[in-house]
Amino acid sequence: MSVSTEPAKLDQLEQEWGERPSLHSWFSTVDHKRIGRRYMVTAGIFFIIAGLDAMIMRTQLARPNATVLSPEEYDQLFTMHGTAMIFLFSTPMFFGFGNFLVPLMIGARDMAFPRLNAFGYWVFAFAGIVMFSSQLVGKAPDGGWFGYVPLTDKPYSSGINLDVYSLGLLFLGVSTTIGAINFIVTALKMRAPGMSLNRVPLFVWAIVATSFMVIFALPALNVANAMLFLDRRFGAHFFDPAHGGNTLLWQHLFWIFGHPDVYIIVMPALGIVSAVLPAFCRRGVVAYPLLVLSIVTISIISFGVWVHHMFATGLPQLSYSFFSAASTLITIPSGIQIFAWLATMLRGRIVVRTPFLFLVGFIVTFVLGGFTGVMFAITAFDQQVTDSYFVVAHFHYVLFGGAVFPMLAGIYFWLPKITGKMYAERLSRWAFWLIFLGFNTTFFPMHISGLLGMPRRIYSYPGDLGWDVWNLISTIGAYILAAGLLLVLIGVIHAVRRGAPAEDDPWGGDTLEWGTASPPPPYNFAVVPPVHGLHPMWDERTTTALATGKVLEGHQAMTTSELDGQVEGTIEMPEESLLPLAAALAILVVVLGLLWSWYWMAGVGALFVFGTVARWLWPPERSPEEAGVA
Amino acid sequence: MTAVVEEATEPRALASEMPAGRTTGWWGMVMFVTTEATVFAALLGSYFYIRFQSGQWPPPGIEDPKLTKVVIMTALLLPSSVPVMWAERGIRKGQRWRLRAGLTITLVLGLGFLAMQAWEYSEDLKKHTLTTDAYSSLFYTITGFHGFHVAVGLLMVGWLLAASLRGSFGYRRHERVRLTAIYWHFVDLVWVAIFLSLYLSPRL
Repeated sequence: MSVSTEPAKLDQLEQEWGERPSLHSWFSTVDHKRIGRRYMVTAGIFFIIAGLDAMIMRTQLARPNATVLSPEEYDQLFTMHGTAMIFLFSTPMFFGFGNFLVPLMIGARDMAFPRLNAFGYWVFAFAGIVMFSSQLVGKAPDGGWFGYVPLTDKPYSSGINLDVYSLGLLFLGVSTTIGAINFIVTALKMRAPGMSLNRVPLFVWAIVATSFMVIFALPALNVANAMLFLDRRFGAHFFDPAHGGNTLLWQHLFWIFGHPDVYIIVMPALGIVSAVLPAFCRRGVVAYPLLVLSIVTISIISFGVWVHHMFATGLPQLSYSFFSAASTLITIPSGIQIFAWLATMLRGRIVVRTPFLFLVGFIVTFVLGGFTGVMFAITAFDQQVTDSYFVVAHFHYVLFGGAVFPMLAGIYFWLPKITGKMYAERLSRWAFWLIFLGFNTTFFPMHISGLLGMPRRIYSYPGDLGWDVWNLISTIGAYILAAGLLLVLIGVIHAVRRGAPAEDDPWGGDTLEWGTASPPPPYNFAVVPPVHGLHPMWDERTTTALATGKVLEGHQAMTTSELDGQVEGTIEMPEESLLPLAAALAILVVVLGLLWSWYWMAGVGALFVFGTVARWLWPPERSPEEAGVA
Repeated sequence: MTAVVEEATEPRALASEMPAGRTTGWWGMVMFVTTEATVFAALLGSYFYIRFQSGQWPPPGIEDPKLTKVVIMTALLLPSSVPVMWAERGIRKGQRWRLRAGLTITLVLGLGFLAMQAWEYSEDLKKHTLTTDAYSSLFYTITGFHGFHVAVGLLMVGWLLAASLRGSFGYRRHERVRLTAIYWHFVDLVWVAIFLSLYLSPRL
């Protein structure tokens, strides 16, 4: 009854889970690995577009009084750059990682809701396409990524630009919310037997914490955007002081979402660090319980610091003190994580490979960003440098340093698992050094130009203010950074096309994704792996069971209890379906109808949403015996 | 441990019909309702934020919301959770008639609520509309958004009723009933918060 002795059962599994490559299966797939890959590729494309936006801006800013761009074009570029990097790149990229890795790491066969997962991907892709295509026709959002009213409200912003922003983000919010719910339920119910909560990999903890932040933070953004749309389109007065509204309401709602969102972006990255580090230190991460506690603590405190984005708005001093204290407090759990990683390196036997280099790059840049972050938590300092390039420098250190460096570490680390091919080590080291050098050359000078008084979001500047040289250095750095990122892209394409075949476990990793083939079969694990500790792949009982245990037959997945991971039973997993795509298309029709003021079209779309969802969830007809009738 | 897992993962052992513990669907619905509740919290938070920044509330020229119809609406909506519970208890025992009857009663009560809301709106709109001032924008957005949720809940209940008439549910299979019930109770409870905030609190 073991895997090695029963190839017939594997063939059977392959038949039940496999999807033959065809156009139909491309649209109807519900496999979390395909969807995860798709999330990553799509988010990667959005990253390239938003990165090109930044390159054009840096070109404009290289020298004073440049005329590459008009002010209007510049407004659209910086708004789309920020909006896309935050909403269409970072979170979806990490959701891609999560989609691919969470089920594998917990020994599951798929996400809890595979069809919802496919639906979430399609919604994300359509929302991204809607927002980016506005750039092609010159109608992209142009009010900054945090869209402050009254600038973004009528009459100060006419045109469709900000409607694309509010509707696009609402549309995208559907995807993010259901993705988050899916992660939480998957992590709660689908873990392999024996994986009690104190044995859950840190990356999964990070994704779950992120998802909880999404659940509680995103509604504030959605409410703000719905209000903005109602204000702009239907003449409501939420943000209009002349009619009893309040402009600060937007800022409160936006940052009640916006600050947790910083952690929504960075938390999965911290999870990647904790997941990658053990393989290159040859030991588990130090202080697992403390790391879990810091993840949870950060998620909670992140909801109590939003006003530090509003230190220059004239709120009462007392509230500044409170939020200043909370913002300082959050450095403690963040510091615990950093010191735990350093201790892991100190106590481990370090193997230097490209993913490890990116981890070190992450620690250096993220700590620098954290330093300026603590400076911003002090109200007096904040008021001096707010809206200057110092802020731009700070959040690029936090977001590029804190999110993109670990992401790149993760790409190199899991590329063999995802594609079954190894990357070329030399090329990837060149990529790392170019990125590290380019990043610091771009963003470190911005601290200085900011302290010299250069405001953010200006499309040009006169030549006699002492900013020229710092801007020129920044622009040169940006081109170096772009070259490094290009090498990453080339490296990935090269690996997929010509890379050496990867082993199942090239790094000697500790988590379950290394216990299956590279790339994993459609059913992930033939044998549901029993878990006995924090590092299942470093545990002979688990590896033996994976090789010789009993195959779980059929299109089934196992469910376990929430806390202790005890077996509860198996559930039949949904088959592939076109309905998720149809439902996403129907919502797209609603969004476009609202955007173009064709409300009849939105109404038709809503009917289609109802129709597809009703069809999707329609229960099968059952005989009285099958359903159970008294 | 290994032996226990092996035994439990034996296909025969896994073929039991009702999975133990909370299902994935239950958690999914609870999480969905949680995030929805946060949406309403953000809306009501905005209401109080703007209210506490204003002097007179409701603003001059607009009278306090009338209570008669709203009390009737509350009297229709709050009890409508009871037949859902009764129906759910029934189908757990395999009594399909209770499921059908309970859902029908809820459907009627919910439709009554929406009809009353439409009536209330038709009178309110003569006095002030979405575009009158921030108070009105909040009033119509919050109540309208809740009305939309009632409508979605009714679509779910109606859909469930259609499926139950065809005969899909019994004591073995009724998860969708359980999930719809959670959503309906939520829609019901949110109304209490809205009733207290928008209708009663201005009179304090």
